[in-house]
Amino acid sequence: MLKHTENIIVVKNLIKKFGSFIANDNLSFEVKKGEIFGFLGANGAGKTTAIKILSGLSFPTSGDVMVAGYDVYKEREKVKENIGYMSQKFSLYEDLTVRENIRFYGGIYGLSGKYIKEKTESLLERLKMKDIQNSLISSLPLGWKQKIAFSVAIFHDPKIVFLDEPTGGVDPITRRDFWEMIYEASDSGITVFVTTHYMDEAEYCDRVSIMDQGRIEGLDTPGELKKQFNAKNMDEVFLKIAR
Amino acid sequence: MKEFIIEVENLKKSYEKVEAVKGVNFSVSKGELFGLIGPDGAGKTSIFRILTTLIFPTEGQVKVLNFDVIKNYKEIRSNIGYMPQRFSLYQDLSVEENLTFFARIFGTTIEENYNLIKDIYVQIEPFKDRLAGKLSGGMKQKLALCCALIHSPDVLILDEPTTGVDAVSRKEFWEMLIRLKEKGITILVSTPYMDEANLCDRVALIQNGEIMSIDTPEKVIQSFGRKLWAVKSDRIYQLIKDLKSMDFIDSVFPFGEYLHITLQSDKLDQDQLISMLTDKNHCQIQIQEIEANIEDCFMQLMNNEKLTVT
Amino acid sequence: MNRFIGFVKKEFHHIFRDYRTMLILFGMPIAQILIFGYVVSNEITDVNIAIFDKSKDNITQEITNKITSSGFFILHDNLNSDQEIEKAFKRGIVREVIVFEPNFAEKLKRDGKAGIQIIADASDANTANIVSNYTKAIINSYVKNELFAQGLPYEIIPEVRMLYNDELKGVYMFVPGTMALILMLVSAMMTSISIAREKELGTMEVLLVSPLKPLPIVIGKVIPYMVLSFINAVVIIALSYFVFGMPIQGNLIFLLAETLLFIFMALSLGILISTASNSQMVAMFISMFALMLPTMLLSGFIFPIENMPKILQWLSSIMPAKYFIIIIKNIMIKGSGIGIVWKETLILVGMTVFFLGLSIKKFKVRLE
Repeated sequence: MLKHTENIIVVKNLIKKFGSFIANDNLSFEVKKGEIFGFLGANGAGKTTAIKILSGLSFPTSGDVMVAGYDVYKEREKVKENIGYMSQKFSLYEDLTVRENIRFYGGIYGLSGKYIKEKTESLLERLKMKDIQNSLISSLPLGWKQKIAFSVAIFHDPKIVFLDEPTGGVDPITRRDFWEMIYEASDSGITVFVTTHYMDEAEYCDRVSIMDQGRIEGLDTPGELKKQFNAKNMDEVFLKIAR
Repeated sequence: MKEFIIEVENLKKSYEKVEAVKGVNFSVSKGELFGLIGPDGAGKTSIFRILTTLIFPTEGQVKVLNFDVIKNYKEIRSNIGYMPQRFSLYQDLSVEENLTFFARIFGTTIEENYNLIKDIYVQIEPFKDRLAGKLSGGMKQKLALCCALIHSPDVLILDEPTTGVDAVSRKEFWEMLIRLKEKGITILVSTPYMDEANLCDRVALIQNGEIMSIDTPEKVIQSFGRKLWAVKSDRIYQLIKDLKSMDFIDSVFPFGEYLHITLQSDKLDQDQLISMLTDKNHCQIQIQEIEANIEDCFMQLMNNEKLTVT
Repeated sequence: MNRFIGFVKKEFHHIFRDYRTMLILFGMPIAQILIFGYVVSNEITDVNIAIFDKSKDNITQEITNKITSSGFFILHDNLNSDQEIEKAFKRGIVREVIVFEPNFAEKLKRDGKAGIQIIADASDANTANIVSNYTKAIINSYVKNELFAQGLPYEIIPEVRMLYNDELKGVYMFVPGTMALILMLVSAMMTSISIAREKELGTMEVLLVSPLKPLPIVIGKVIPYMVLSFINAVVIIALSYFVFGMPIQGNLIFLLAETLLFIFMALSLGILISTASNSQMVAMFISMFALMLPTMLLSGFIFPIENMPKILQWLSSIMPAKYFIIIIKNIMIKGSGIGIVWKETLILVGMTVFFLGLSIKKFKVRLE
């Protein structure tokens, strides 16, 4: 695949310790621009720790981490400007309407009112959510919320978007709609960094890394990983690594 | 005659604004492993809370172990093991203290029913002095299952025990459920993971408060009733867009590295499809007919529901 | 019974493992008592006094010398008429006025006794108390060391008058007040939070779906806090007795019994709050605004009830703490028995029964 050549995330010998516990044990990897990068691992394998470091929420103990061309040590604010983040747990304010949520997030990133307005219109159009733009988020089904949350996370055209289990509990059709949105974002050049517990979703990714006990034990395209571990599907690859 | 452990007739449940459960019927026989499969918001938790006598049904007849959930809630409570959706153990108590506590409030001891939980407990026993809050996701689930089993209930009701748990722990958890079933315990379990349906004796596929289908997993799959194709090319996103724009295509869903598609009529063959995609500049096209899985069926049923609604 | 013991044990585990709970439970009472105590009872030196000597003889002169040379007092003014006393206080510099009655020495020689009036500005009740006690002590030592030693069996009777605040509110107020506040906080807030926590974390779901009945759940929750509150009450009483010299005139057992009654009332209130709240936050807020603030502001702890507007006075009469404070003050300071405080005790009993009944009625055996 030629389209992904430029490095957007570069991690070299990343180590994160909590006391004597090593959460991230010497991680080194790169993520290319526009890539859909699957970040898998068992509960407690160190994924969340790594994502926190990459998104500038926490400092590494040692190692070099460049995100969107900025050093997470020295240029945290720059890093934050250039990334979007969405997690299963928190994404939108339940007591604000769809429109208010979009307006709010646009404002956080310092976009102009006019720009936000125009972009909101086209976004609502595309999501087919014009009718519900003034409904409270709390009144919407989970799948819709997740779609809005994703749109909001990439509203400021970040270079990278981090998705932490974005599709947990969502119905199968909406889950696929959601992945189509991810494809679309990737197509427009946004790098997507995603974690999931659905192993079939791992197959949607361009490349997948699988973590176990703080280390990356496998990193390649789904096809190569399957060959490497002599497995039918990603589920088996995962089980072979994490069991 | 089959002995029913759970009987649900025309169950409805409404909250202030929404109708969460819209007339549901099902029954679970003794010794069965029954799965309620559906996404969040489908009504699974409401149904489970009614079965465990935590909330009242708005309408309908619900019996657990032949006791009515409204009148005989006390009898039901002593005889079921329940694992709510959220991790509901005391995070500030150790593994052993949690277990002892639950044994005590059910008027039993760990020793008395150790046999039943042994297989599971040995896996967490090395950590028995650790606080439950410090356990990993998979271990928490194991401990919660032990606590739900400690009084040797006749029926286990597990609300999304594997949500948010990694693939390895999920697999282990299901292996435990199957062993428990072999010991004669009736199990009712809910899950949003469609692939887990195959491990159940029977499943009910539920969406928007309605059961779309109840049967054995095999029969649900058979009912798919049409040809399903797996398609792949070098540019998957473009492939989705192109296929969706073709009017003879009925549905397109990404499935792992393939797209699963169904056609308006099953007359079209493989070669025709390939040539049409080649016209659209796709390379490395692979197409094969495959057997549907539960998720395919679920999505088809969802689409049918939508059609009947509109 | 085994079930119940298991439950209580679990509850103690929760409390002992959460250092914040422990801090609130034990750190706060001690801190509060010490803070309140020291704020009011700072060492006194250089207190300005005035003397109105209606006798002006050698003995009054000697006593005046003793007092002014003690190091505690500064003679700010000599007064010449009764009207000047009031004026001296009004100016705010003088904290105490000592009045010798006319013909002091003569009276002593003739009758063997004479009177001194000690008038203190009790708007700062604690200082007033300490100042007058010091003065009395100096006078007594004069009688003992000077007069007695010379073989003169005279008696000087100091008569203390507290100006502006004759019951000495404040000085002995802070102990009953703090006690009411802390017991309210620990008992009501902690119970309500601990029940709400089970709802919030989902463990209540599991408890309800067990053969455990609501009453043992509630009582199991209450017992640990009852024990801890009682220990707290004892600590507060001991601190105020040993460190701040608060008297306990009445019967100690009776005092503890009344305390237990108040704790029980607060616990019932806590359970009632928990039935209305589904999260720890809500429980906390209700406890803060419905219990803590009114207890502090309306119970007479900080502001005297009789100075409040009528409507607040009515409100204050539904504050359980008000009655508890009255009871405690009566027992500790005046040494009253049940004969005096039966009315307040009865009100507290009534409130307890009311809250407990209401909360058992409202306690849900289901989630909705």
